[in-house]
Amino acid sequence: MKRIQTIKTRDLKESVKNGGCGECQTVANQQCEK
Amino acid sequence: MVHLYKLNGYNIVLDVFSGSVHAVDEVAFDAISLYESHTPEEIKETLSEKYSVQGVTAEDLDEVLSDIAELKADGKLFTKDQYADKAFDFKNRHTEIKALCLHVAHTCNLNCTYCFAAQGKYHGERALMSFETGKRALDFLVENSGKRRNLEVDFFGGEPLMNFEVVKQLVAYARSIEDKCGKHFRFTLTTNGVLLDDEVTEFANRECHNVVLSLDGRKEVHDHLRKTINGKGSYDTIVPKFQKFVKARGDKGYYVRGTFTHNNTDFTNDILHMADLGFTELSMEPVVCAPGEEYALTEEDLPVLFEQYEILAKEMLRREREGRPITFYHYMLDLTGGPCIYKRISGCGSGTEYLAVTPWGELYPCHQFVGDPKYSMGNIWDGVTNTALQKEFKLCNAYARPDCKDCWAKLYCSGGCAANAYHATGSITGTYRYGCELFKKRIECAIMLKVAEALGDAQPEKA
Repeated sequence: MKRIQTIKTRDLKESVKNGGCGECQTVANQQCEK
Repeated sequence: MVHLYKLNGYNIVLDVFSGSVHAVDEVAFDAISLYESHTPEEIKETLSEKYSVQGVTAEDLDEVLSDIAELKADGKLFTKDQYADKAFDFKNRHTEIKALCLHVAHTCNLNCTYCFAAQGKYHGERALMSFETGKRALDFLVENSGKRRNLEVDFFGGEPLMNFEVVKQLVAYARSIEDKCGKHFRFTLTTNGVLLDDEVTEFANRECHNVVLSLDGRKEVHDHLRKTINGKGSYDTIVPKFQKFVKARGDKGYYVRGTFTHNNTDFTNDILHMADLGFTELSMEPVVCAPGEEYALTEEDLPVLFEQYEILAKEMLRREREGRPITFYHYMLDLTGGPCIYKRISGCGSGTEYLAVTPWGELYPCHQFVGDPKYSMGNIWDGVTNTALQKEFKLCNAYARPDCKDCWAKLYCSGGCAANAYHATGSITGTYRYGCELFKKRIECAIMLKVAEALGDAQPEKA
């Protein structure tokens, strides 16, 4: 077994560029649709 | 900033500002915890002393340190905060309203002791929203939603089914303007279940994206605080109705939502009771009330509640493996497709993207501020007239609270609930510390469950 296993996650730094559409529902558990 | 913790046999590292999650062994856990405050030589010396009897070699330690350095270079460990500047520009951002909480009934057919709405009346007069007021509220939402296509409307109270005819009329009106306006309405309904019948069920299954059903769990727990106007428990009345409703609901969204108090700090038993009744989509929330109430949660309750959240997470993992999963609202993290950084900083959108509408058409930041004249924001005819208050809410985010500055969870809670902060501290930018402690525990459990899933430890067992 590897000593460090990285779990796949959304990169929050990238979401500065590809986020912010506002189409999500009215915190951290929702699917971001658009 | 990183957050390291151990739970259910997993060593977990959360890189706060990238969102990365790592499952690590003991050696890597210790190395990461020392990495920013010690030199590589110091780390190797410390860890070789600790782990040499377990056969960990100098080469092993070099490899771990190399992996850590690589993750740091890739922006997945020890990531610096690069969002603070964006957060402080939030005051100038343009926001559009995309959701309304319609208080169609300021009255209720139950008399729940802990209700923040004070038996549905919000410390005011008993009232039902007229169709004309509701129709204007929907028009107000469309007019103020800009380019947003998805709009949400919650039918709330009090007990919204006490004004069911108006609810039906409002949905029909909204559907009639969707195509013309280029909008899609999502309706949700929160009900105590007393008036659930076949007609409501058919309507909700056709029109409601989600339905929240209020049940506190075991009969004696539920009946202690959720009584009828005549003082009788309501469990026997509503549970068969909820069971019939959920059976007819198919794969459409619902939540059975309870409130736990000092009287049932073993709330996991209430959640599992809900599961025994056949409900699988579950939520159980800590009561928020004045400290003097006999059912108020206490400091002494905290360690018990922490343990309960862990017990629940382990039980959910066990049921997942057995192929009979249950969902718990606060453990539904979506690590790969969850919200962007803007959403994580700004939170629920109360006062900016989301407003509550009283039966008289007054606007409030959210349902928990209704009835407090200091938080009246305007009305559905004149719009938001209290723009100073709206600016306060625009700035009410994960970076607005000094208490949150060094907190690892702030991009999960977005700084917490403004209403809870206000009721606990008198300021919407305060922090409700008790709620913070519970929130952090829930997020630790939720991430642990995602780690277990990612490592294949949550797979249903093969027969």
